[in-house]
Amino acid sequence: VLLSIICSPPQNYPLYIRSIPTENELKFHYTVHTSLDVVDEKISAMGKALVDQRELYLGLLYPTEDYKVYGYVTNSKVKFVMVVDSSNTALRDNEIRSMFRKLHNSYTDIMCNPFYNPGDRIHSRAFDNMVNSMMMQVC
Amino acid sequence: MEQGPAGGSAAAAAAAGTGGLLLPLSESEQQRYSELFSRCCPPPEAAAGGSSVGELFRASQLPPDTLHQITEVCGAKRVGYFGPAQFYIALKLIAAAQSGFPVRIESIKNELPLPRFMALKNDSEVRYGTPAELHGVKFQVPHATLEKNSYKRTDEGDKQEPKSPPMSPICSPPASPSTYQRIPLSYGYGKSRSGLEQQHAAPYEVRHSAHQQDGPSSGNYGPKPALASSTLNRSLSAEREQPESSAHYSDDPWRITEEQRDYYINQFRSLQPDLNSFISGSVAKNFFTKSKLPIPELSHIWELSDVDCDGALTLPEFCAAFHLVVARKNGYQLPETLPETLQPEYLQAASLKPMRDCALFDSYSESLPGGQQARDFSRTEKASAEEVPDNSALLQDAKKEDKQALKVSTPLKTIPKEFQHLTVKTAAQESNALRARPRSRSYSSTSIEDAMKKGEEPPTPPPRPQKSHSRASSLDLNKIFQQNAQAVRSGWLPPPPPALPPRPSVSQEVVLAQPPSKPTRRKLRTETQGLETPELSPTINVTSSLPAVKPHLPVQKQSSKQKRAIQTAIRKNKEANAVLARLNSELQQQLKEVHKERIALETQLEQLRPVTVL
Repeated sequence: VLLSIICSPPQNYPLYIRSIPTENELKFHYTVHTSLDVVDEKISAMGKALVDQRELYLGLLYPTEDYKVYGYVTNSKVKFVMVVDSSNTALRDNEIRSMFRKLHNSYTDIMCNPFYNPGDRIHSRAFDNMVNSMMMQVC
Repeated sequence: MEQGPAGGSAAAAAAAGTGGLLLPLSESEQQRYSELFSRCCPPPEAAAGGSSVGELFRASQLPPDTLHQITEVCGAKRVGYFGPAQFYIALKLIAAAQSGFPVRIESIKNELPLPRFMALKNDSEVRYGTPAELHGVKFQVPHATLEKNSYKRTDEGDKQEPKSPPMSPICSPPASPSTYQRIPLSYGYGKSRSGLEQQHAAPYEVRHSAHQQDGPSSGNYGPKPALASSTLNRSLSAEREQPESSAHYSDDPWRITEEQRDYYINQFRSLQPDLNSFISGSVAKNFFTKSKLPIPELSHIWELSDVDCDGALTLPEFCAAFHLVVARKNGYQLPETLPETLQPEYLQAASLKPMRDCALFDSYSESLPGGQQARDFSRTEKASAEEVPDNSALLQDAKKEDKQALKVSTPLKTIPKEFQHLTVKTAAQESNALRARPRSRSYSSTSIEDAMKKGEEPPTPPPRPQKSHSRASSLDLNKIFQQNAQAVRSGWLPPPPPALPPRPSVSQEVVLAQPPSKPTRRKLRTETQGLETPELSPTINVTSSLPAVKPHLPVQKQSSKQKRAIQTAIRKNKEANAVLARLNSELQQQLKEVHKERIALETQLEQLRPVTVL
């Protein structure tokens, strides 16, 4: 179970949402939404070190279903959030980081596209492929 | 040619598509029109087949302007097809035009003679037979206008026949507004104006219709290709002669033909005069937006074509993008990944050929084992600053350049573009030094500086080679070269009067010595071998021509002159070697320094990386 979301400032509306599998999506959306608050908190916390390369957020373990929510913030305050199943213990920290890095790289590639207006939803096929392959790896 | 009776309009009135205008048709007219209509559109089709209508219109021998106008006025443009009403009106308008009336609805209210169509007598001609194999698809006006583009080539209409069925279903979705905007642009093709771009646009159009299953491959880019010339028609016919030559490309829609490439290159030039530089994202965006493709598709095209994701398009990237746009407009679905024939590397290699033909003396290139390399260098010299180099690659560039300077036969294709352009730049410097060609010297130096500005690598190296190399030593060599030339010339001059007859031939030899070096200058060979052979060749020329001169000159002087020439050549080579060796050592040093810096930065980074939470 994996869900990734990219949210952009300032209103933090999602630019891209992809999850596997697709049921209970709404619950994941809710989870992500609430975790955004925590992410913001963390950003404001380390105000001095403006550039926060990656942040590992391990938390929001629900009593019933346990899953972990990871967050990542880019220089332009674009937030990436990933929700993974806790039962998937194979996922290590490094892997999460590499996934975020890949996401970030793909995101910058999208930014390079002059036809993309920042703030639009992301419809890029290349991006989709990348995210899909990433998720396949995990599940 | 029947001329209907002047008076007596009959009862039949065609309800015109133009706002309910009732058009009185005489009996003969009606008869004729229905006959023509049925010919163009065998029942039970409701609309006339496009090509047959086009043929018919063309047979009326009216200028394409008029035909376009007629199409517009009769309402076929608006509704998008030639229904009976539109058809009849069009015929009436044709008659009006042939009688000299302006193409207006008003003019057809009068009594008019029947429209005259050439070759209509040969009704049984196959021409009408083949169009009769109808697609069962509504005729789309852009199709006809495209055929009007190829005004004099009726057979093209036939050729387009089998292609349009697969195409039309795809194209029918485009909304009529897009149809509209295609038509005025295609009208431009029909008109007769001149312009270089139009000629390119036209072969591009023709190429498409010939090779790609298309229909309304209209001139997209707004006003630019809007006007074609009568030379356009000629060029069209000329182009049509060659289609079979590239026919083997026609099965691969992702392959760019020569004419298309030329067109793309011209378009690139219009946006960015320097072919070796790139088009920025916003400029490209504006340009491609003119094609009226939806933004998501354009976005996808960009993703496919901008392989290095730098937000800018180099020439091959631009060609690929343009080609994709064209293909999309012709109804092809965009691929998920960039086809191999559109990859920048492939396009660069493919662009090798035309560059080579225009620039080089093949004899020299073949004589070299690194001839391929030389050709590539010349091409990359022209396309050298194509991409902003990955500046991590700058290090390797320096290394590779040294290797190449020493070794001759490194296969070029394995070296990525960045390497090529940098090596060519330094190569340009070297060859410039020896050939005393100020123009390319400054070019290479500026491009190096540009590369450096964009580079992430901390500043240091590249300015150095220039200073040491291009300025100082090049000047020396320049002088030396001239001195040598002087020496040679002066060497020839002193021979006493008995040697007068040989002097003209001597000067010829000197002149001969010069031109062979010129093409090599252009070729920009980096290998020392390359440097040597031109050196040798003038001397060879001299020596070979010497025997011819022998009878006239004293033998001793000959041999001494030979020796002098050889010594000059040797000296030059030694200097070149020295220069290259110096360059090599400098670059090595730079490499070391950059490595050190990199290590330092990496350690810093590690230190600065925040400690992980929890």
